[in-house]
Amino acid sequence: MGQIEWAMWANEQALASGLILVAGGIVATVGRFAQWYFGAYSIAAGALVCLLEYPRGRRRKGSTMERCGQKYVAAAVKLFGPLTRNYYVRAVLHLLLSVPAGFLLATILGTVCLAIASVIYLLAAIRGEQWLPIESKPKERPQAEDIKPPPSNPPPRPPAEARKKPNEDEVAAGGNPQVNPIPVTDEVV
Amino acid sequence: MGNWLVNHWFSVLILVVWIGLNVFLFVQTFLKYEKSDEYYYTREILGTALAVARASARCLNFNSMLILVPVCRNLLSFLRGTCSFCNRTLRKPLDQNLTFHKLVAYAICIFTAIHIIAHLFNFERYHTSQQAKDGSLASVLSGLSHHEKYGGSWLNPFQSPNMTVLYVTFTSIAGLTGVIGTVALILMVTSAMEFIRRHYFELFWFTHHLFIVYFLCLALHGFGRIVRGQTKDSMKESHPHKCAQSFEKWDHHDSHCRPPQFEGNPPESWKWIVAPVILYIFERILRLLRSQQRVMITKVVMHPSKVLELQMTKQGFSMEVGQYIFVKCPSISLLEWHPFTLTSAPEEDFFSIHVRAAGDWTENLIRAFEQHHSPVPRIQVDGPFGTVSEDVFQYEVAVLVGAGIGVTPFASILKSIWYKFQRADHNLKIQKAGHAALNFDKATDILTGLKQKTYFGRPKWENEFSTIATAHPKSVVGVFLCGPQTLAKNLRKCCHRYSSLDPRKVQFYFNKENF
Repeated sequence: MGQIEWAMWANEQALASGLILVAGGIVATVGRFAQWYFGAYSIAAGALVCLLEYPRGRRRKGSTMERCGQKYVAAAVKLFGPLTRNYYVRAVLHLLLSVPAGFLLATILGTVCLAIASVIYLLAAIRGEQWLPIESKPKERPQAEDIKPPPSNPPPRPPAEARKKPNEDEVAAGGNPQVNPIPVTDEVV
Repeated sequence: MGNWLVNHWFSVLILVVWIGLNVFLFVQTFLKYEKSDEYYYTREILGTALAVARASARCLNFNSMLILVPVCRNLLSFLRGTCSFCNRTLRKPLDQNLTFHKLVAYAICIFTAIHIIAHLFNFERYHTSQQAKDGSLASVLSGLSHHEKYGGSWLNPFQSPNMTVLYVTFTSIAGLTGVIGTVALILMVTSAMEFIRRHYFELFWFTHHLFIVYFLCLALHGFGRIVRGQTKDSMKESHPHKCAQSFEKWDHHDSHCRPPQFEGNPPESWKWIVAPVILYIFERILRLLRSQQRVMITKVVMHPSKVLELQMTKQGFSMEVGQYIFVKCPSISLLEWHPFTLTSAPEEDFFSIHVRAAGDWTENLIRAFEQHHSPVPRIQVDGPFGTVSEDVFQYEVAVLVGAGIGVTPFASILKSIWYKFQRADHNLKIQKAGHAALNFDKATDILTGLKQKTYFGRPKWENEFSTIATAHPKSVVGVFLCGPQTLAKNLRKCCHRYSSLDPRKVQFYFNKENF
């Protein structure tokens, strides 16, 4: 489990919670349920959470798949510097945001899910993870320039007798570990 | 498109039948609760939200029943084996089991959302009519409590005015199991997102076992019998059509109508899910038993780029090209099974996998074998499973494109073609196989040892396709890919562009296999 970046799962969970808060809030407000103003709060809180969580952070190793159109939101999120980079801040923020929605049945599912996301972020923060924006790569050069020219000389070949030996006798350094069950004849090109 | 349909008509049929059954169940249940008389009084309080909630509940039961079946991979292998005389097209849906599982999961999520929203309205309406003092039919019905002199039957679960919606939710079986089950479902879904699955597989694997919580909650959900309809006796005596209008007079001695009696619907979810759950338990037991069978590791090869090749034998193991196995290494993790494509050909007397370091478990595995411990770590194997890539053999010309570790399924195919060719197998249609392996390390192919032309840099697909089209102007060319989606888009475009309009001339057919 050592390589799991908990923040990535926390991010998915928080994004889902944001959507659930918005949905529950809409139901409570439109249906004019009792104490529906908690529903209105829930829509706002859910929208804020969605905006904050939409840009995916960079993975520690390898390339990260961006969410569609996230660079614009990421630019805004980057502006807050340590407030958005640090996962302790996010954990506390999500916990606080989730509490008022817990007073209404329509939004309590959002509360529980956001609280769980907060706990996962806390775990991520304890393990030293932080949100780093995905750097946009410079535009790839057109294909033609990528292809290196093939070598102009053929590789040096051993004298004709050596070439006739069957493959299994090759003891060359870094020799092919593949053992061919049916003998392979070397095509002399 | 036409070619795709010919190959996939059975899968499309299954899809259409599944959607049709969902629609049918939804509409039938909706009409029952919206129209039938035994819910007349219930509808008086709840309105149409009752029917919507019940209809989505029935679809949830149906889909929860279906979702366990596609992941019983041993059962599916058994079906594939038994139906080996069947047309290849009829067996194709068995290879798309995970796609179907995901589709059913999406349906469960959608129906859960509908069900919850409908019940939010239901609870709110029950709450409001409990508080109402306007003497309407709804408030009279809500007043029917446990202490009715005519036998104690109630309709509204909100028994007193100071019961809040939250209180009733968390003190009723239905509410509690509903919330817990939904939270389990949401956690399963967020950890099953493609991004998490690809990069943090163990997290997905462990979290997905929350399905046990989900199924338990689903089974218990209806035991509170909170959905109530009028009893048959009560309807015979005081049918709503004749008594509903005179509800103020129910208590009078000389009234023909008595207050209606209600009873809760018996729980039905467990009936839907009991069979698949038992099937799945058998599946897990079978995996356990198969994993106990001894696996002999005959050869371990360390390749560059941190790729480990394991050659193994197991009694009674037989495979086809392009299949995969699940591997467990108890010394690394007691619980984790990871899938790997078989890279050996069926003609060989061992089976092999090539493992690339892509996460915790794979890195630990490679390290364990690198250290030359004696004895070597024990390996457990389940399988083989999955698609048999027979399609490749049907084409005169096959172009196999594999990116990175995606070359593994084609290694198996190429080796098999080679053996068949050597042994002059007459069933082999293939005359020529071209292999584009996008690895940048060595000039020799590390997987198969086959000779190949060495090109520098990424292939220019337009050039490749036009060369093949000129070299084989009258052939049907199958293009097979195991690699990233962007490459798939590229290749599919090339297939369309270079296929001749004349059906007798060169045709390229693109196949992207889910390996």
